Amino acid sequence: MEAVYAACVGLLTFSGVFLCLRGRTFPVVMGLTLLSYAVNLFLFSSGRLKLEGAAILGTSFSYTDPLPQALVLTAIVIGFAMTAFIVILAMRARADLGNDHVDGRLPPQPEAKPRRKKEHA
Amino acid sequence: MSLFWIPLLPLLGTLVPLLSERFGRSACALFTAILPAIALAIVLNLSLEVLQGNTLLQSFSWIPAMGLDLSFRLDGLALLFCILILGIGLLVILYARYYLSQQDSMSRFYAYLILFMTAMVGIVTSNNMIQLWLFWELTSISSFLLISFWNHKSDARKGARMALTVTGAGGLALLAGLLLIAQIVGSYDLDVVLASGDTLREHAAYPIALVLVLLGAFTKSAQFPFHFWLPHAMAAPTPVSAYLHSATMVKAGIFLMARFYPVLSGTELWFLIVSLTGLATLLLGAYIALFKHDLKGLLAYSTVSHLGLITLLLGMDTQLAAVAAVFHIINHATFKASLFMAAGIIDHESGSRDMRKLNGLWKYMPYTATLAMVAAASMAGVPLLNGFLSKEMFFAETLHQVALGSLSWMVPVLATLGGVFSVAYSTRFIHDVFFNGEPIDLPKTPHEPPRYMRIPVEVLVALCLLVGIFPGFIVGDLLASASSAVLAGNLPEYSLSIWHGFNLPLVMSLIAMLGGLVIYYNRRHLFQFQAQFPETDAKLVFERLIQSLVAGATEAHKVFENGSLQRYMVLLLLFALVLTAGPLMDLNTTAGLRPHLPIDAVEITAAVLLCLSALATMIWHRKRMIALLTLSVVGLIVSIAFARFSAPDLALTQLSVEVVTVILLMLALFFLPQKTPKESSPRRVVRDLGIAAIIGGIIGTINYALMTRPLTSISDFFLANSKTGGGGTNVVNVILVDFRGFDTLGEITVLGIAALGIFKLIARMRLFMPAGDENGRPWARDRHPVMLAVISQSLLPLALLVSVYIFLRGHNLPGGGFIAGLVTSVALVQQYVAHGVDWIKERLKIDYQWLIASGVLIAALTGLGSWVFERPFLTSWFDYFHLPWIGEFELASAMIFDLGVYLTVVGATLLILANLGKLTTSHRPTQPESE
Repeated sequence: MEAVYAACVGLLTFSGVFLCLRGRTFPVVMGLTLLSYAVNLFLFSSGRLKLEGAAILGTSFSYTDPLPQALVLTAIVIGFAMTAFIVILAMRARADLGNDHVDGRLPPQPEAKPRRKKEHA
Repeated sequence: MSLFWIPLLPLLGTLVPLLSERFGRSACALFTAILPAIALAIVLNLSLEVLQGNTLLQSFSWIPAMGLDLSFRLDGLALLFCILILGIGLLVILYARYYLSQQDSMSRFYAYLILFMTAMVGIVTSNNMIQLWLFWELTSISSFLLISFWNHKSDARKGARMALTVTGAGGLALLAGLLLIAQIVGSYDLDVVLASGDTLREHAAYPIALVLVLLGAFTKSAQFPFHFWLPHAMAAPTPVSAYLHSATMVKAGIFLMARFYPVLSGTELWFLIVSLTGLATLLLGAYIALFKHDLKGLLAYSTVSHLGLITLLLGMDTQLAAVAAVFHIINHATFKASLFMAAGIIDHESGSRDMRKLNGLWKYMPYTATLAMVAAASMAGVPLLNGFLSKEMFFAETLHQVALGSLSWMVPVLATLGGVFSVAYSTRFIHDVFFNGEPIDLPKTPHEPPRYMRIPVEVLVALCLLVGIFPGFIVGDLLASASSAVLAGNLPEYSLSIWHGFNLPLVMSLIAMLGGLVIYYNRRHLFQFQAQFPETDAKLVFERLIQSLVAGATEAHKVFENGSLQRYMVLLLLFALVLTAGPLMDLNTTAGLRPHLPIDAVEITAAVLLCLSALATMIWHRKRMIALLTLSVVGLIVSIAFARFSAPDLALTQLSVEVVTVILLMLALFFLPQKTPKESSPRRVVRDLGIAAIIGGIIGTINYALMTRPLTSISDFFLANSKTGGGGTNVVNVILVDFRGFDTLGEITVLGIAALGIFKLIARMRLFMPAGDENGRPWARDRHPVMLAVISQSLLPLALLVSVYIFLRGHNLPGGGFIAGLVTSVALVQQYVAHGVDWIKERLKIDYQWLIASGVLIAALTGLGSWVFERPFLTSWFDYFHLPWIGEFELASAMIFDLGVYLTVVGATLLILANLGKLTTSHRPTQPESE
């Protein structure tokens, strides 16, 4: 199970990082969301995976580690707040700057190629 | 307490001129002088005790954990400098009153001057090295302000900048040196440092510490090769030059060397560096001074030369040399300050400082001329004046020193050569200015200055004479006390008389006199010789250096910071890669020894689904709506994973956060473009895929390695104490609201701040509502679906009931404030979705900002409440009660805290979503988007 879990975390990181490297705001937000899933899963797993061991006293004989859970719980909520902040920031940037590129301005367009061909011809 | 007052009074005094300027110029000067005068009186009062050989100490603990104390000391050396700084400072205040013109802001000048005085007094009385350094930097800054006082002049600005750069850079070196010394000795306390000279000298890092400290001293005291800033600082008003560049600031470096003389000197390295630097500075300064046509330029280079002389004395391996150094500090301060003041008078009353124009002033201002001539004679070392005494001691010491081995005979010869030039430029100062024909087109007809402007010069010149004739009587005690502080108590035998018999030093003095006169007589040939060399302007060289430095930094900056977020991200990720890959390679095996969990079909299915939807999000990210849907699938499976691996609280939280996140992103997508244009070149896509794959691989590997290794955790404590100490069986919740309640308080505060930030961002957003979707179809204007409205409305009480239930049981079973808050938010957001913002606005009149504020406040007050019972912040309380029909139940203060969490979460979530939703209401302008 651990191998599959780790592979999933790796894959989430992979897609998250790739989306973070895009040039428009919305894919970057989605990338950050994916990354936060990966990070939360990673932190959670530092308490090791355990079945049927919820840290509710009196429900089982051995319990899972409650500390990473408490950390991840607040991380999820704050992660939401941060996602919300960055999304609104993206909207505001589009409203004020007129585009949704992460740099706040569109990259210079490469020169049109057909014209060059004509010159050669 | 009185030691504190010595630097404190001048510090307060910086405000006096600003407040008293309105009472007129003389009153302003008078009031300004009061506080430094009191400080001087305190110093003189304490001097009786210091002269008996005591060191006065006073300290005040500031940051004891870091070894930082506010600590002052007054020993002989500090006493000498305090008298010089405060005494000459008072004379300069009087002098500046008449020097400054009506246009100059007198209060600003005095404020800077007194600030500088504070800094200097602070340096010499500090007993803590960091404190000393702080005052050291303050002198750099205040001298920058003083040099650039006439800031409309380009010269003044450039000179000030150069002085600040050079002395500031030296200050940084000094800081490093002092920190190193503190590291070696183990204390910032000067007492401790001064007592551990042997430890320091035997330490391997001693040469580094020495060079760093000397860099600080040499830059401040304008020693070769850092001497170039001092002549350019002459753009300052002359009172500043008289104060800073003769008596005080340039002596700060000398003071530093004298202060650390007991611990840093005594090694080959010290003598080599210090004496050779001093010798080079002495000769260079004296030689260049002769060729300066500017009166102040001549004095500036002469100062450089005399500072070199003192440095050379400190660098010689005898105790008598140190005594001579201290003596020359006193003498140089008196005659050079008076000379600068005289130069200022000449400039002020004749309008020029050029010695080619200034001639024959004897006729116009005989009184000032007499004073200046006495001071200049002292500078040249003429008998019966104080300059003669210390120069004689200097010549005698050069004969005794052996640090250069068989080359040691060169030192007295070169010293005599320095003396020759010193006499030559002093003669030039006297003869060129006061005799030598008639003045040549001066802007004004020279005349004597106002009566009171001469007083400071008279006082100083009188001191030159008195010290020169009755040395033992006037400064004997002070000199002995200061020298014994420099020498850590080992004062050698010496006599301060004018006549020591006909000996070698006297011969050297005579040679210097005659040689100087001969050189001055033949000056035309020398001037012609010197004219062959192109003169390099230090200012130009310096500016060019700075320019090229700035250009280089800009170039380097451009490479890394080109304004592209994508590039920053790539650099950051690559750097993280480099940092993580190395340690991972040291790990021998990936898998640890911990037994693995078995895997079943459901888990495999979920994992495959998760991977597929994550990949789908990535592949279809340009079709934003579809990507958002697949993204929500990922979140759903993540919450299932939490539920599966024994984390019911996390599963509930993730599930409800997922709902609000997707609603939020859909709302945002309404205003953002629906599709992402195809921009990235194939090469960039491949590059990003590569980086992402490597990072994903590394993270996965670390995670696998982590999970398969046995766990030692601090959580046993929480499990054992949750019920007995926190009164709850849900350990996760007890950690949140009790054990780590302070963290949670911080977290809900962050949540509230984020929500308020969003609120402000939305408030003035000028976004047009799109009239249709990306295919140009207009948005439906239908009413909200009735079925949804009815169902959600009837579900609302139920949902709220559920959230109350989740809240109440949170302490013992999965649930709690965070989850209950999110459930409530989802229920309310559903109403917004079903009915529209306008409909809700009429019915739900809750101010979400108040909700957030009261939530954070309740949580904080719960924490403060424990203070009432004299317990630490956020100590929790709980007990069990019994009520008929309901049965046993528990009350805990943690529940009130959790209520705060609940309110903050509801407030923050709804503040964000409801305000964003308001943007979609119909009364906003619409415009078809062309993007």
